[in-house]
Amino acid sequence: MANIPTQVRKSLERHGLSDEQLRTIFRTMLLQRQLDNRGFQLNRQGKVPFALGSEGHEALQAGAAMAFNRGKDILAPYYRDLGLSIGIGLTPYEIMLSIFARAADHNGGRQFPNHYSSKRAGLMSFSSILAAHIPHAVGAAYALKYRKEAGRAVLVTFGDGTTSEGEWHESMNFAAVHKLPIVFLCENNQWAISTPLSLQMGQPNIYKRAEGYGMPGEQFDGFDPLATYDACSRAMERARNGGGPTLLEGVCYRFLAHSTDDNDLTYRTREDVSERRKDDPVPRFENLLVESGIMTGEQVAAMKQDVLHETNEATDKAEAMPFPTADDLYKHVYEGAWEPWQ
Amino acid sequence: MAVATSSSQVLNNVEAVRATLYEALKNDDKVVILGEDVGSRGNVFLITKDFVKEFGTERIIDTPIAEASIVGIAVGMAMEGLRPIAEIQFADFIYPSFNQIVGEAAKTRYRSNGEYTCPMVIRTPYGGGVRGALSHSVSVEALFYHVPGLKIVVPSFPADVKGLLNAAIDDPDPVLFLEHKKTYRLIKGEVPDGHYVIPIGKADVKKEGSQLSVVSYGLYVHWALEAANQLENEGMSVEVIDLRSVRPMDRTAILQSVRKTRKLLIIHEDNKFGGIGAEISAMVAEEALFDLDAPIRRLAAPDVPAMGYAMPLEEAYMSSPAKMADAMREMVKF
Amino acid sequence: MTAKPSAESKFERQGLTDEQLVAMLRVMILHRTLENRGFALNRQGKIPFASASEGHEAVQAGAAMAFVRGKDILVPYYRDLGLDLGIGLTSYEVMLSLFARIDDHSGGRQFPHHYASKKLGLYTISSVIAAQTSHAVGAAYALKLGKEHGRAVLTTFGDGATSEGEWHESVNFAAIHTLPIVFLCENNEWAISTPLSAQMGQPDVYKRAEGYGMPGVVADGFDPIACYAVTKEAMDRARHGGGPTLVEAKCYRFLSHTTDDDDRSYRSREEVAERRKDDPVPKFERLLVEQGVLTPGALDELKASILAETNEATDRAEAVPYPRPEDLFSRLYEGPWEPWQ
Ligand SMILES: Cc1ncc(C[n+]2csc(CCOP(=O)(O)OP(=O)(O)O)c2C)c(N)n1
Ligand SMILES: Cc1ncc(C[n+]2csc(CCOP(=O)(O)OP(=O)(O)O)c2C)c(N)n1
Ligand SMILES: [Mg+2]
Ligand SMILES: [Mg+2]
Repeated sequence: MANIPTQVRKSLERHGLSDEQLRTIFRTMLLQRQLDNRGFQLNRQGKVPFALGSEGHEALQAGAAMAFNRGKDILAPYYRDLGLSIGIGLTPYEIMLSIFARAADHNGGRQFPNHYSSKRAGLMSFSSILAAHIPHAVGAAYALKYRKEAGRAVLVTFGDGTTSEGEWHESMNFAAVHKLPIVFLCENNQWAISTPLSLQMGQPNIYKRAEGYGMPGEQFDGFDPLATYDACSRAMERARNGGGPTLLEGVCYRFLAHSTDDNDLTYRTREDVSERRKDDPVPRFENLLVESGIMTGEQVAAMKQDVLHETNEATDKAEAMPFPTADDLYKHVYEGAWEPWQ
Repeated sequence: MAVATSSSQVLNNVEAVRATLYEALKNDDKVVILGEDVGSRGNVFLITKDFVKEFGTERIIDTPIAEASIVGIAVGMAMEGLRPIAEIQFADFIYPSFNQIVGEAAKTRYRSNGEYTCPMVIRTPYGGGVRGALSHSVSVEALFYHVPGLKIVVPSFPADVKGLLNAAIDDPDPVLFLEHKKTYRLIKGEVPDGHYVIPIGKADVKKEGSQLSVVSYGLYVHWALEAANQLENEGMSVEVIDLRSVRPMDRTAILQSVRKTRKLLIIHEDNKFGGIGAEISAMVAEEALFDLDAPIRRLAAPDVPAMGYAMPLEEAYMSSPAKMADAMREMVKF
Repeated sequence: MTAKPSAESKFERQGLTDEQLVAMLRVMILHRTLENRGFALNRQGKIPFASASEGHEAVQAGAAMAFVRGKDILVPYYRDLGLDLGIGLTSYEVMLSLFARIDDHSGGRQFPHHYASKKLGLYTISSVIAAQTSHAVGAAYALKLGKEHGRAVLTTFGDGATSEGEWHESVNFAAIHTLPIVFLCENNEWAISTPLSAQMGQPDVYKRAEGYGMPGVVADGFDPIACYAVTKEAMDRARHGGGPTLVEAKCYRFLSHTTDDDDRSYRSREEVAERRKDDPVPKFERLLVEQGVLTPGALDELKASILAETNEATDRAEAVPYPRPEDLFSRLYEGPWEPWQ
């Protein structure tokens, strides 16, 4: 098993973040969990065929999102990055359009939920194919460097399992050779569907791969949004200023099954999960903010209420939107008019 | 033939690719070339020789040996506004990038509902007759032409190479640009000066005829023309169509010709099973069966993985103008 | 760069007998002689293509000495002529491959030096870089599953091959399963025209090992005894349940990539001449003579016998016929097969 940093309750190390920013991080975490749960509920109600949870990734994603410069940086995420996506500016309504696969969804209802693509947000399109987006992120970083766009960087994320893919390796290597402005952020949740980390690699520390590529590597507690922010902001800053790529590893945990199509009890026990639940990053950060006097209990309650309200509203609004039509099947295969072979 | 301009020069296919790439690099600083040994060596066929001296290592990128990422990085560059031209050193090494070509590049526009696009070119030398053995001689077009979202160009004349490569570089979608390596230095032709574009998806009648339509592409167009000229001396009239693109495919040109000559022979270097000829035959059978005076025929490579290194194995694999002439004669006389 | 191949000749015999040392030298000289013959035949227009591995003689002869014939498995790459000879391939088989004759291991189907011999434990490979790495891992898995203690797989590749995704996937899998395999990188600093600095972000392949969770070691690839020692240690570990090792041998490619390449376009004559000063073949000859392992007279005899062997193999292989056209259709599947035509 991985070297999981000890989960001692820390005093607040704010790494230069204002109270307002700390609250923003917390709100992103709450919203992620709320939207996530909504997806699962809608699935149980038979309203959507599929949902993908990210419980356990909230701290990591909200912290990383805070290190992202909106309007400048580029995010190449993967399917579990709901919190990161809202953290860089996607709205709950956009999330719900995706879950409901409506025509107004970014992808026109073509892809699975949580596969956004938004030029506005700087969020690159990606598929469900593991690691396939990593060379794209490297290509985008190359473009930034080539155009001498100092002050911009690419943040690319992936799971622990994805580091086993050849394309991951090729991408890391190329970014190191060219000292590209990119941060490779691994969300190490210890599982790839049913495959534990011990069957994914021969040693449990992903960040240790960095040296072999010739770039810095760093591991941090992915249940701590501030440790995450700290590591990500330093790495992003280095990338933005010509210092080249970094491999970051946030150690977290996947609390839910892989998706609504998975039953994790076939490969791990309730006890495994409940043991890790004790460190659930959302209540943990809530306590920290309250104990440190950043928020009062009432403010927290009000924020939760607000997040619930926003989620309900987004759900209703998206659900009311139409599906794509059969004609849409033929759109955007190529640019312009296209005569399908039939 | 390409648009006539006042001046032109004779180039072979290597020079035509080279001149077109050079022009693209000159005209648009968004164009970058990436691949194995494209830099100081100037590509294994010297297509990009000295480019790195003029355009620098940032635009002429010697990549590590990693085909999946050569294509994948090009996809990301394209998404981020560059115009990458990725090179796979030999088509035989394209397989590791299959995921990026088929699963990613061809679907980027579609999956993002038009939000992101992937204007890029993947160039690669293919084909046999050069003692390339099992791993430096294959044809790959049939493995890719099944894929909507991808365009596939297979030019065989220098003027077409230039016009189609320009079109590929300008194209808003990913284009797989296949260059038959035996034609590289063998085939020479007039190439108009200046910038011009030949639309992707348009075939070209290289020789008009009335008794048989021959549809081909790549090296074999040249051999088919040789055979057709031979038949002309024998008093038979064969039309030779160079497909030039296999996706999109020019069904209009094929159907027009077939309706005129009432006979169809498809010739390709790739093997027959599931090859380009299979789709053409099926399409013509669906659309013009009752216009035909003879069964459709396909002349294609033996159904084996590739040509061997030893001379007799290569010779047995490759067709020849003589074999093509035989097939044409039989069809005309049918 | 760290750990360049060294110019000095140390003499630590690492338990090798005189006979073994001379056997290693013989492989090195034979390797070079056969290789030069390939180039000569190409220049004479007798064969269309030859590839060369001058500069790799020491790594390959050393590694071959760590291979146990009849037990271990070798999954090599195209530049491993010396390694193939070192585990038992004959000069005649090499010449059949260069001439693409019917009796060649691949029946004249593949480029030269793509052998396949079950007898020798030599796996078939294609020309596609790193494609064989996963096969080697699969073979090692089979050994482990079959509890075949005392056997291991040796697989080789160039520095450039380490950039391939398949290389990464293979090394990772071997580490997870603690497989009996040694990954030997023949780092000659070039991949055709691509220098190591364009291949990876730091110059030491062995440093990748830690990230996979296996030992990584480096050796002077111009020193056959050092290469023997690191490979031997790694193979022994693999044979006895200790899992995989990534071994890097630092050498140099003295010639162009193949007869189709001209290295003058991408590296200076001075660079090559500088590295030639450490040429491992004369260096090892000198060492063995200096150490009294071999007399000058015996060295001359050795060379004469190698030349005679090469000449004989050349003549004999050249006289063998090519494959026949119908061989195009043989051995695609087992049993009779009706090609689609
Ligand atoms: C290339 C590819 N192989 C397999 C899959 C099926 N698959 C989807 S998610 C997944 C596990 C991914 O694990 P990891 O990278 O750790 O990310 P996590 O889901 O744990 O966040 C697998 C095997 C896929 N989508 N793409
Ligand atoms: C998948 C693949 N890509 C490209 C090639 C073309 N190619 C043949 S050898 C070579 C260089 C290999 O360099 P390295 O791995 O360092 O081995 P070396 O030849 O230096 O021993 C290349 C790019 C190939 N054979 N296979
Ligand atoms: Mg995981
Ligand atoms: Mg090399």
